[in-house]
This record gives sequence, C-alpha cells and structure tokens, in this order.
Amino acid sequence: MGLRKLWQYRSIVREAWDQTTAVATFLCGLHVTNKYLCTFGMAYGPSMLPTFNLTGDLFLADRLSTRFGKVGRGDVVLVRSPEDPRKVVAKRLLGMEGDSVTYVVDPKNSDRSETVVVPKGHVWIEGDNIYNSKDSRQFGPIPYGLVEGKIFWKIWPPKEFGSLGQSRMKDPDL
Amino acid sequence: MGTRNVLWNLANKYFTFGLIGLTVSDRYASIVPVRGASMSPTFNPQASNFTDDYVLVEKFCLEKYKFSHGDVVVFRSPSNHKEKYVKRIIGLPGDWIGTTHNSYDVLKIPEGHCWLEGDNSASSKDSRSLGPIPLGLVQGRVTHIVWPPQRIGAVERSYPQERVSSP
Repeated sequence: MGLRKLWQYRSIVREAWDQTTAVATFLCGLHVTNKYLCTFGMAYGPSMLPTFNLTGDLFLADRLSTRFGKVGRGDVVLVRSPEDPRKVVAKRLLGMEGDSVTYVVDPKNSDRSETVVVPKGHVWIEGDNIYNSKDSRQFGPIPYGLVEGKIFWKIWPPKEFGSLGQSRMKDPDL
Repeated sequence: MGTRNVLWNLANKYFTFGLIGLTVSDRYASIVPVRGASMSPTFNPQASNFTDDYVLVEKFCLEKYKFSHGDVVVFRSPSNHKEKYVKRIIGLPGDWIGTTHNSYDVLKIPEGHCWLEGDNSASSKDSRSLGPIPLGLVQGRVTHIVWPPQRIGAVERSYPQERVSSP
C-alpha cells in the first residue's frame, strides 16, 4: 500500500517537473528571441516625425544586423540613450566612424552649420525632425555599443504597415 | 529508428540547456575571466601568472542602472564595441572629479555617464584617456572572485574619496 502511494507521488512530481521545465524553456526562448533575433517596441514623441507619428507607432527591430555590424547610414536604429541609460530611443543613423558630418546647430534660429569627424567606434545619430530632437547635435557622437537594434518594419498604424525605407527627407524646409 | 530517437532527445536536451544558460547569463549572473594587469592588485596580482582570475558578474544592476562609488563593472569599450573591459567606478553623474592624468583638472560628469579607472593606474586604458563613459555601455557588476580557489572572496568597494565631490 505504502509503496503504491510512493509510486503515485513519484509520477505526480515527475509530471510537475516536466511542466515547469516546459514553461521555463518557453520563457527562456522568448528572452533569447527578444535579445538576439528580433524585438518590437513603440516610438513616442515628435523627434522622428514624419517617419514615426506622435502618438506611438509599433515597430519590429532586428538585433542581428547590429551584432554583425550590418547597419549603415540612413538606417533607423534603437539606441540606449547616453543621457539616461534606462531609456531606449529611436533615431536615424547618419554617420559611421571616420565620416565627416555637417549639421545645422540651431535650425530654429539660424542656419549656421558645423562639420565634425566621427571618431573611431562611434556613430552619429539624428532625429528626422531636427527642430525637436535630442540627438548627436547636443551630446556628440555616441559609441557603437549603445546601438541595440535596427528598425525594419512598421506594424502600427495599419495603413503604414510595411518596411521602413532608408531615405531621409532631403530638405525638411519644403 | 532507435538511434534517431536517442539523437533527437540529446539534441533537444542540449538546446534546452543552451537556452536556459544563455538567459541566466544575460539576466542574472555569469562567470568571466579577467585578462591583463589593469585591475591589479584586485584581480591578477601577479602579471606573470598563467592563471587568470575568474569573476562572478551580476546583471540585476542593469534593471535600474543604479551604481555606487567603488563598484567594479564590466563595460563595452567606447572605441571598439567588441571589447569588454573591467574597471572601477570612481565618479557618478553629477559628481565633480579631479583628474590626475596630465595636469590637475576638475570636471563635472555629465548626466547618464560615469568615470571609470583601473586600480593599476600605470597600465590601464580608462576614463583618463577615454573621458566619461555612458552608463548604457555597462554590462554588469563584478561581485566575487570565484577562481583560483585561494583567492575566492568578495570584491571590496573602495575608491579615492578625496578626489570626488558628490552634490
């Protein structure tokens, strides 16, 4: 009798263990997919108008191209903010290391422009809406290590569903 | 059919183990070797020694990016994202810090950055040549030495307080 009970417990414990492992594996799989393959997120705020709307657009970003150095000029990237490491921002990458970048210092008041050379291991990022964006024009070139992903697909709003182009508006004044 | 089943089970097991291991090392803790003499005498006190120190790196600090003075952290090099360095936090955002590199100079650490230096100032590439480093590059905090056995123990939190003035 006692032996039979023990046998019963054993099968219950085994069942519970199997279930727990399955759930844990599933969660770990989610984490690995999210960290190494592809993630989705939301972009708020005015800094990337007109690529992203004010109200929050849903997008997909892939992690592989940043890992293997396959991001280039014109890509929209996810960057861990150098001013607040808890925040991740979406900006457009405009210069790789060694490029010289010309930017308008204060587009609201004057069209004085400056040129800088991006140092080794750094990139230059700017928002598409240069009138209202905190980017490399304020804090300078950022280390490549802060780039966390390349945004390649827009999910929401539905009428803009599709792949994200590489272009940046040539002349924002028009 | 039997061997195929066994192989399939084995592959499945390795895959599961890999997934769990990767997740744990990303989110909770991992063990990494320390190379070079830039953190001597805290790590690798004898430069000629063949055995590198292995240290435990915890990742919980990455949830809030809260650090204190004297923490030893692992971070990606700002000039080459493939390299990782181990250094000690001397200054946190908003601190005024005295640099002792070429001339004595006092500078303020910008928001979201920190000042990192190796314990062995003679041979260490750190904030004295790289400048303040964004906290977003930090990959974890070193808490313990786990290998070799005679050096197992916690890593102490000490820093030159006379050089830093916090607001």
